[in-house]
Amino acid sequence: MFDFVGRRNWYYLLSLLVLVPGLISLVIPPSLKPGIEFTGGTTFTVRFAQTVHQDALRSALSQLGHPEAVVQRTGESKFLVRTRELKGAAAAPEVGPAPPSERDTIEAGLQQRFGDFLDNEGKVSNRFIDFYIVSGTVSEEIGRNAGFAVIAASVAILLYISWAFRAVPKPFLWGSAAIVALLHDVVLVVGVFSIFGKVFGIEINTMFLTGLLTVMGFSVHDDIVVFDRIRENLRRGEGRDFPECVNVSLNQTVARSVNTSFTVVLVLVAMLLMGGVTIRDFLLVLLIGIIAGTYSSIFIASQLLVTWEERDIQRLFRRFLPRRRRPAPVETEG
Amino acid sequence: MRGWRNRILLGVIVVLTVLSVVTVWPSEPYRYLPSFIPWPEGKGIKFPWIQIEGGAILGHMKEARAMRLGLDLRGGTRLVLEADTSQAPDVNVDQALDTAAGIIERRVNAFGVAESEIQRQGSDRLAVQLPGIDPEKARELVGRTAVLEFREPKFDENKNITICQGGTVTYDPPGCEGGQEVAVPRESITGQTEESIIWVPAQAVGNDGLEKNLTGRFLKPNTFVSGNPTTGLPILNFEMTSEGSPLLEQVTDRLLGLPMAFFLDGEPIRGNDNSIIAPTVRAVISDKGIIEGLSADDARLLSIQLNGGALPVPLRVLQQEEVDATLGEDSVQKSVIAGEMALLIVMLFMTSFYRLPGALASLALFVYTSIVLAIFKVWPVTLTLAGIAAFVLSVGMAVDANILIFERTKEELRSGRSLVAAIEAGFSRAWPSIRDSNVSTLITCAILYWFGDQFGASLVKGFAFTLAIGVLVSMFSAIMVTRTFLRLTIGTPLARHLGWWVADLAEVRGPAAVTPARGMPPQSASGGEE
Repeated sequence: MFDFVGRRNWYYLLSLLVLVPGLISLVIPPSLKPGIEFTGGTTFTVRFAQTVHQDALRSALSQLGHPEAVVQRTGESKFLVRTRELKGAAAAPEVGPAPPSERDTIEAGLQQRFGDFLDNEGKVSNRFIDFYIVSGTVSEEIGRNAGFAVIAASVAILLYISWAFRAVPKPFLWGSAAIVALLHDVVLVVGVFSIFGKVFGIEINTMFLTGLLTVMGFSVHDDIVVFDRIRENLRRGEGRDFPECVNVSLNQTVARSVNTSFTVVLVLVAMLLMGGVTIRDFLLVLLIGIIAGTYSSIFIASQLLVTWEERDIQRLFRRFLPRRRRPAPVETEG
Repeated sequence: MRGWRNRILLGVIVVLTVLSVVTVWPSEPYRYLPSFIPWPEGKGIKFPWIQIEGGAILGHMKEARAMRLGLDLRGGTRLVLEADTSQAPDVNVDQALDTAAGIIERRVNAFGVAESEIQRQGSDRLAVQLPGIDPEKARELVGRTAVLEFREPKFDENKNITICQGGTVTYDPPGCEGGQEVAVPRESITGQTEESIIWVPAQAVGNDGLEKNLTGRFLKPNTFVSGNPTTGLPILNFEMTSEGSPLLEQVTDRLLGLPMAFFLDGEPIRGNDNSIIAPTVRAVISDKGIIEGLSADDARLLSIQLNGGALPVPLRVLQQEEVDATLGEDSVQKSVIAGEMALLIVMLFMTSFYRLPGALASLALFVYTSIVLAIFKVWPVTLTLAGIAAFVLSVGMAVDANILIFERTKEELRSGRSLVAAIEAGFSRAWPSIRDSNVSTLITCAILYWFGDQFGASLVKGFAFTLAIGVLVSMFSAIMVTRTFLRLTIGTPLARHLGWWVADLAEVRGPAAVTPARGMPPQSASGGEE
């Protein structure tokens, strides 16, 4: 039998090793890079004389420095493109010597790859058809509102677990442990994406929010399955004491936890490798979140129960604090 | 008998699955299935449906043709609207467009088009993208200013109505072009002459002593469509605000015995038969009223627009085009194929790891997937990426329920129980954790849905709704489908090969424990029943 419980502090440390860099990155502005859904940007329509495929145009735009571009086909080789705000675009004059704006660079880059543009009448042209500054499509409030929803849902989960596990001593503790694990997963994903934003320029969009909601659902689901087993084993009197009972339960559920996550990870990896480019970041959120969720259900949520029952925190204080004050009386020991 | 019950259940499951597959079968199979096989095109299904609206029970045929997909997965109609400042020169365009965007969003949401996009484009334009909606309807829904006016006929002190004879009636300003205004008694007005009534805005004096036009501004934003209890025809119900009540009272008092008409954006509202809706005022009313005679579609559209409020500035449709998915049609198709492959891999994994039960669970997974998708299509749920994420999560939970059951069954088999006892124990032991985890997910869904609704975060709402459907069906699938499959297999020769149920059982119990099971009823295989 594997000793999960004995090494609990190492697991907390491992979590912290991943959490802390993310938290630091969140503190340094910009904590998360908002995508064009929130910030708005530029929209233009481009029509090619040749047949151009959507994914070819998307990767060309990506090479020209716009991986965030949203490309929608609106007709035969005609596309509606949305990018972040192109610099110097609005001021670019029709003629005359002006430093090439970002718009010029993209126009030139696309013509070099795909040949001439056409205008609305179908005549050869070298400019985009429409070119506008646009606002975001989603107000930034959605993030805040989704946050409220998540907080309310967490409170409800806390109450539900406390009620569902009312047969065990301190059911509220179990609910709290699940919420801590949930927070762990959410903060971890947000932190990792904050780092990704700084390093790879990955932006946050509504897909990211959806991914977080999914991760939340998975996290709580996983915790409850493990808790349920601990509850059953407590009733049966498995193990000599509480930590051993938790350890037995973890050993019994670990195959299920790993298999369940494995199937989901299998789906996600298959889709990452074979699926479309546009949902890659979204799949990444799910992948990281689900691995974190499985980890936290085994190594955080249940372990927190043991930490509390074993009064680890008090012991920690006793170990460090008395030295600073005065030596603890010897006779109270043992 | 138990055997009969299971066979009936199996029959129900098979019928349900076949029905679901027929319902779900795509109308454009090439989008979702490998194209080297000429798949037949799905036609969707029609079925009778009963709807209760405003107290009236309406029975009609409901049709499920194509899956409703959001902008991100399918695309839709894109409209570019420009503020028409010629009619409202002193409006602050910037503010007006922000307000208009909000009003359009309300209209679109009320119309039930999930996940539309509205953005400001340049200084005086709005770009709107709507998924899965007829372009003409989109134009009408979004572009209409929706200023509702109450109008009365021009009449004299004897309540004779002025009509326009030999010319064309104009409404803005009210008049008679190239004809003569003639006063005729109310009784002599019939179909033909009704068209030539000169309608003028109904005015009344408000509580503040100022004379005002009675318009949609004085309606509460809670209009609704109900059915006439006797005829079943749609009625648009409206209520006046406290400011509007005295106005309507004065107008109806003045008009007793005379008709009253409703104008929308300067044109009279016409009914199903294309005649002007102009009911005769029979009583003085102040707080509530109805408009009868519209078609159900028009009544609903008008109700949505009245509740959303009139646009602060008229908008002109500059551009209208079809756009494909915001995630890109190619990308979506690739992902769909990848998802299908992934599902096959999951089935393969389940079968290789859990052997026979895994294969049965894979079958159950197929049943589960087709039922959930059929519900999405019939409801109909507008599927967006958020919905798909919720669906994938619920598939994960469905698989998890099966894994929980099998792990328990395995444990019970190892501890020496017979197959039958182990399966039953596996189910009953796994049930509390399946129940608790799913109930917690359902509670989360309810809260997310409610919040999403309150704060207009339609993404959160859609996610919660699809997840709730998925979780409910997954509980059904785990308990009814997988269990029925397993129970039915117990009676067949398949049950004799214990090695097909648990790979390493031979090691655990030793070969001697397994061998006697061959050729013997499985119940006595180990004699471990309690």
